[in-house]
Amino acid sequence: MVAKYQQLKIGMIQFPGSNCDWDLIDAYQRHFGITVQVIWHQETDLPKLDGLLIPGGFSFGDFLRSGCLAAHSNIMASVKTYAKKGGAILGICNGFQVLTESHLLPGALIQNDCGTFVCRGLSLSPCEGDSGYHKLISDKDSLSIPVAHADGRYVIFGDERKKLLDQGQVLFSYEDNPNGSVDSIAGVVSENGRIVGMMPHPERATDLLMGSSEDGRIILKAFLESCF
Amino acid sequence: MKYEIVVELKKEVLDAEGRAICQNLSSAGYSNLKSVEVSKRFILNLDSGMEDAKQIAEKFLANPVSQTCTVRQLDH
Repeated sequence: MVAKYQQLKIGMIQFPGSNCDWDLIDAYQRHFGITVQVIWHQETDLPKLDGLLIPGGFSFGDFLRSGCLAAHSNIMASVKTYAKKGGAILGICNGFQVLTESHLLPGALIQNDCGTFVCRGLSLSPCEGDSGYHKLISDKDSLSIPVAHADGRYVIFGDERKKLLDQGQVLFSYEDNPNGSVDSIAGVVSENGRIVGMMPHPERATDLLMGSSEDGRIILKAFLESCF
Repeated sequence: MKYEIVVELKKEVLDAEGRAICQNLSSAGYSNLKSVEVSKRFILNLDSGMEDAKQIAEKFLANPVSQTCTVRQLDH
């Protein structure tokens, strides 16, 4: 464990239906010695934080659209203020959907083109970009991290898509596109490089005994590095 | 006042649910079926006017990245 990370104050929003929250808490405790502070969605103010996590799951039963009702919950006004001030945020799976529905990241996540829930390990190719996340994954040819989603098809069109690609905001793409995402996009970074959304679950790839790789730790670490 | 809001996927976005329903119906014998498009219909009972109905539709019920919506008043 690296001592410098243990001083970080990391928070995590919890919605009714969040279900990857404790996996994320466990991963940060076990591998980085960080006790993540849980923030219930009905709170109106964020505590003083160095970084904010939005976990996976099915917030509000995925009603209306995945992430939509969560994006309109009480705490999100403070999250938007935090984001505008340059706050570091990592949204995983449903957390990514919450970030696009909140317009903190571009694009939208809709039903997989195959029409089924996809739950399997797969490979991600790092893309080119200038963010701290890009730098930390650039020495890997491929990252092995599982996905588990029904609404993971990332869509973005026209000028928005061009801007995303031109500015190097794609963090990584699927080697074998499981959901029909535009340009096989699996994760994106905000313009300021501080907000990341990704469909794969890094917290499920932190221990070999979980039957996956340990590549998820690289992403969890990259988030911490973005918190300084 | 009641308002009907219909939200559907943009034409350029593949409707995976519609396609699955279409394939299922075709294999059930409806061989003349060419396609199925799925949309969502909301009825709002609002004390205010069309402007609010449109705002709710465009800012909440539909995501402009992937969907379009139509709003109409149902009664007077």
